[in-house]
Amino acid sequence: MAATTDTGVDFRTRLQTWLPKLVLSPSLAVMLIFVYGFIAFTIYLSFTDSRMLPSYNWVGWDNYERLFRVREWNIALTNLAIFASLYIIICTLIGLTLAILLDQKIRGEGVLRPIFLYPMALSFIVTGTAWKWMLDPAIGLENTMNLWGWESFTFNWIKDREMAIYTIVIAAVWQSSGFVMAMFLAGLRGIDNEILKAAQMDGASNFQMYRRIILPQLRPAFLSAFVILSHLAIKSYDLVIALTGGGPGNATALPATFMYSYTFTRNQMGIGAASAVIMLMTIAAIMVPYLYAELREKK
Amino acid sequence: MAAASTENAMRSSGFARVLIYLILILFALFYLLPFGIMLINSLKPLSEITGGNMIALPRDWTIAPWLSAWSTAQIGVEPTGLRPYFINSIVMAVPAVLLSTIVGALNGYVLTKWHFRGATIIFGLLLFSCFIPFQIVLIPMARILGILDIAGTTPGLILVHFVYGIGFTTLYFRNYYAAFPTELVRAAQIDGAGFFQIFWRIMLPSSGPIIAVSFIWQFTNIWNDFLFGASFASGGGAPMTVALNNLVNSSTGVREYNVHFAGAIMAAAPTLLVYIVAGRYFVRGLMAGSVKG
Repeated sequence: MAATTDTGVDFRTRLQTWLPKLVLSPSLAVMLIFVYGFIAFTIYLSFTDSRMLPSYNWVGWDNYERLFRVREWNIALTNLAIFASLYIIICTLIGLTLAILLDQKIRGEGVLRPIFLYPMALSFIVTGTAWKWMLDPAIGLENTMNLWGWESFTFNWIKDREMAIYTIVIAAVWQSSGFVMAMFLAGLRGIDNEILKAAQMDGASNFQMYRRIILPQLRPAFLSAFVILSHLAIKSYDLVIALTGGGPGNATALPATFMYSYTFTRNQMGIGAASAVIMLMTIAAIMVPYLYAELREKK
Repeated sequence: MAAASTENAMRSSGFARVLIYLILILFALFYLLPFGIMLINSLKPLSEITGGNMIALPRDWTIAPWLSAWSTAQIGVEPTGLRPYFINSIVMAVPAVLLSTIVGALNGYVLTKWHFRGATIIFGLLLFSCFIPFQIVLIPMARILGILDIAGTTPGLILVHFVYGIGFTTLYFRNYYAAFPTELVRAAQIDGAGFFQIFWRIMLPSSGPIIAVSFIWQFTNIWNDFLFGASFASGGGAPMTVALNNLVNSSTGVREYNVHFAGAIMAAAPTLLVYIVAGRYFVRGLMAGSVKG
């Protein structure tokens, strides 16, 4: 291509200026189609009478009106509210406690930290399999306690319509709380020692130091934990499938399991799409301001 | 890293320290027990599980459940064991991890070292794509895979994982390269180095840690995925997580718990191994997805 030097150089420089954009453009195209195009398509479907296959028959807000009249959807929303709030609060409390305790010059920190965190490397299906059985009254915890002589001990939440959702909380907290610990620990290790020494010389007690100096400085870690955990909670699907299958009945249904069953097994694609749109909007309401702030801050 | 932030601050009493250790050890037990008990019980005959105590060690140690889970257990309708699905997951994860990491590295390089208008918006769009609930793309994705005639196949899943991995890998490399001295790139440019030369000779040689993070994080995510596997792969093409769920939640016959546990540990083994060998990078990957890099 560099037959005549003049046009050759010109071509090369022009290629060099265009190359970065050229390299980025396939990703951009893929993203615009597979993420934003697909979102647009699903939103469109949520306004059509699609059943087993997509249809392009516009029905306005029908699916949304029907969605909020379906009992199972309302159960799923209530469950999500219970699950998400307990999951976020308990993970944050455990994570913060473990991080503060580990930060006390603990011998064996190098052993304990990976133990707290390893569940995060497991699939939710594995977590679900382990806990499903621990919580099964016939062979798990209840049975073991009974065999040990504590015969009145009962723990059958997983079979109980009212309590089953809390078993999801237990397994999910087991999986994610170590991660929250790691985030807080990183935050604690980032605090300037000088400030703490100064405060100590002024006679501040340990409790005061945590309350007035350390915890306020962990604000970014609290925010990140909240955003990540709520995002995980809204997307929760695998754990419910593996642990309870959404049951007993539909007592542990969540929006993610609802979407799947309405779209793919009950052939109500329009309603399924509408439920997916609601999920997206909920996550966007949390993520967009957060990401916007993060991007602004960096500039 | 600096010593504990509270270095001199905490002159806690002996009693308080005992309490701290006690709490920490109790939590360590809480995290270890479910997996540990699963491991113990995967080495017991079934009769000891249904008739006995879950914490007790096996009286008759046996590896029969492991052999069964690997090669003869009933998955769906076929008594194939988990082996073919384990291979499916490897065949799916390896190319998807490699592809998404390469593309992420190039994207990160372009976004940080070749400034142009709209770069922040493009990054913002990519970033948001990391956090969408995948339910929003399931229906159109099923259509596209059908149109491309790769529905229900491993290549289909590779495509899906590649596409939805780009956001995260770009995020990693962008944050990493943002701290890389731009002067080096400019100097190489003045010396006449081209776009790919700079990437190959200057950026890549110092990218070891972030490549490790990207590999590990992508591998963990893709290996552990269930939603895409359950939606887009059927029967013999299913990945390990889907096969495990089929094994554990199949409603026919006697529930062979010991076989289920052996299967669950097999499904967990690759990511656990990665975590044990390269935990440091695993933690960094988790952080990069949450706290700014």
